Amino acid sequence: MDINNASRKEFLATLVTGGLVLAGCSSKKSPFEAGADEMVKASGEKVKLLSVDGEVIEVDKAFLKPVPQLPAITNSEERRGIPGKKFVMVIDLSRCKNLRKCQAACNHMHHVHSDLNWLKVYPMNEGEHTAPYWQPTTCMHCDEPPCVKVCPVDATFKRQDGIVLIDSDRCIGCRFCMAACPYSIRVFNWEKPDTVSEELCGQPYSCETSVPQKKGTVGKCDFCPDMARKNELPHCVSACPNGTFFYGDLNEDSVTNGAETFRFSDLIKDKAGYQLMDDLGTKPSVYYLPPAARNFPFEKGMEIDKG
Amino acid sequence: MENSISINNDKKAANAPTFANGRRKPDALTDEQIISDLLPRKFGKLGMIWMGILVVICMVGVFAYFRQLKYGLVVTNMRDYASWGIYISNFVFFVAISLVGSLITAVLRLTGVHWSTPLTRIAEIIAVSAITFAAIIIIVDMGRPERFYNLFLFGRLQSPIIWDVTVITTYFFISLLLLYIPLLPDMKILLATKEKTKFYKLYRFMGSFWKGTHLQFRISKKAINILCIAIVPVAFSIHTVTSWLFATTYRPGWDSTNFGPYFISGAFLVGSGAVTVAMYVFRKYYNLKNYITYEHFDKMGKVTVMLALLYMYFNVNEFLVPAFKMKKPEEGFLDSLFIGSFAPLFWSAILGGMIIPIIVLLFKKGRHPFPMFIVGIMIVVGAWFKRYLIVTPTLLHPFLPMHNVPESYKHYFPSWEEWAIAMGSLAGALLVITIFARIFPIIPIQETLIEQHEKEHHK
Ligand code: SF4
Ligand code: SF4
Repeated sequence: MDINNASRKEFLATLVTGGLVLAGCSSKKSPFEAGADEMVKASGEKVKLLSVDGEVIEVDKAFLKPVPQLPAITNSEERRGIPGKKFVMVIDLSRCKNLRKCQAACNHMHHVHSDLNWLKVYPMNEGEHTAPYWQPTTCMHCDEPPCVKVCPVDATFKRQDGIVLIDSDRCIGCRFCMAACPYSIRVFNWEKPDTVSEELCGQPYSCETSVPQKKGTVGKCDFCPDMARKNELPHCVSACPNGTFFYGDLNEDSVTNGAETFRFSDLIKDKAGYQLMDDLGTKPSVYYLPPAARNFPFEKGMEIDKG
Repeated sequence: MENSISINNDKKAANAPTFANGRRKPDALTDEQIISDLLPRKFGKLGMIWMGILVVICMVGVFAYFRQLKYGLVVTNMRDYASWGIYISNFVFFVAISLVGSLITAVLRLTGVHWSTPLTRIAEIIAVSAITFAAIIIIVDMGRPERFYNLFLFGRLQSPIIWDVTVITTYFFISLLLLYIPLLPDMKILLATKEKTKFYKLYRFMGSFWKGTHLQFRISKKAINILCIAIVPVAFSIHTVTSWLFATTYRPGWDSTNFGPYFISGAFLVGSGAVTVAMYVFRKYYNLKNYITYEHFDKMGKVTVMLALLYMYFNVNEFLVPAFKMKKPEEGFLDSLFIGSFAPLFWSAILGGMIIPIIVLLFKKGRHPFPMFIVGIMIVVGAWFKRYLIVTPTLLHPFLPMHNVPESYKHYFPSWEEWAIAMGSLAGALLVITIFARIFPIIPIQETLIEQHEKEHHK
């Protein structure tokens, strides 16, 4: 891990100062080889850059070239997570009318196979005389994740920021995690995803974007850590016109749906938030606000629901 | 074997005395006759047809697997809810059946039971071939079989899959040794036969170092004893761990502390059923009436009844207790078994795989070879479907409703590729057993001779 990290720093430094040109960077090819023989003439025009060590350096503009696929972060960093964070989600059931905009955005951004959904909206009705409601369900990013416990090869793992991710380059496709997850949120790529283009297929897989999905491996909601790194909200959160999803950091005690921001602890206290099937001891990172004083009647959602 | 009927003591006698029903007492057999009776034989016409059928079924299975490799697991009918299907039931079935090796060889041997000696090799080859195909079928089930090595590169000790890989490998090697070591003296006998078969080189390669000295016999006896003791905990582990693949999850129908013993008792039952079937077939087609006698069937029948009762007991525990409570997540699952879509299969497996065998085997006539053969088949088939019922109904009853998926995701019935691969693996296991019996004596010659001499000595 340390070696990886060192070489990454070194690599970034070279990229910035030396003006190394990167051609198509597949995960296999060494970034140092590609384009090393290419000769570039200095233009004389300088730009100021901040190096990884925090120093301001000047570099000739000609040495900077756009990189088609800047390797995001290393696998070991993706496995460690974003330091100091503990991501949580709050889903307000009183706001959902089964529009499925969240689902569409998620499927689109993650290039999920057209038969599959990472985010499902269930019509829930527990008892005979209880009222039905719509329940959007993401991965709970359990703090005691049964799926991680059973994975034989550490292909699904828990990070220090609370997110549970999948390494599709390592997954052997045993589907034990699917049997273990009580929330049935995991899906499997039974064939090569029809939504993944040839071009996308050649890209190196990233655990944080979960793209590209690969045949014979599992997939699931990833809590969009790539968006969090960019200080943006997960796709489902920003797609919902009703502001059903709130996303945030437990350590900062704040969650937001883009339009409104709440103190997480207050929201949970005021609206009596709860966790799904917490009796199983999975300790979910997703909290639900009960479907009290609903914005829409349940029937409204039936128009969209196709089962 | 007590013999109340007079025995011809002349070892050279050509016509050994017979019982009214045509069975000969082995006591009257000469060494030469025993050896020539038990030597492996060329396939007859029936044998060739049998081999041909098995090979064809295997080839179809291989072709189906080729398609699966090419297109992915989409060729199966497994989907996100029924994420495991008949591959996994087949795996559990194979692991279960392989347990019989340890029962017949080790448990009976350690408890000083002698009548089972002629059956040890049958049991052991069933164990070895079943465990081999258990490993193969689990690789078939993987979405990424080419990454199998990840289990060794990144294996994490807390995953029950890693436990399973460890104990199954151990079991395989112990079983292989338990098959091989008792084979050594027989190999010497095979090498000493006058006509040289085409396997002569193989025998020489595998067993020429065996000279049959006292020291060698002592070492091999000791080794077998140690292996017999070692295999018992390993055998219990392989099936307990296999049951934990299910029991370590939260799912209704799997979330049970009863699963280990439930699986093990079921395994012993199906294993003894399989041995009975094999006994009958070898007895009939290899003419081993003198070596696998009515008495063997009778005793195996009694063992099987006991095991079936035991399995019954765990079934009552497994279903009656949850059914008494009818917890909400379990309700749909139990209903589907008792009165729903799985009910016909469930009740036939209970009736055909347990209750009818118990009733039949309680009668002395029921423990004759032919009824035993039929009962054995019922037990084995019932057990296969029971494994199907352990895997599928639970997966189709998740905690949250089945929703937002294509309609086909909500049901499971295996595709032709799945059937072909599952049947191919079963045919493959039978093929291994058949080929083994073609090359090696299926009844241990040396041990039969020793028993024979001891018996004569006794008199
Ligand atoms: S919801 Fe399921 S997949 Fe997500 S962390 Fe929990 S057990 Fe794992
Ligand atoms: S399917 Fe992949 S992620 Fe899931 S348990 Fe198996 S190896 Fe781990």
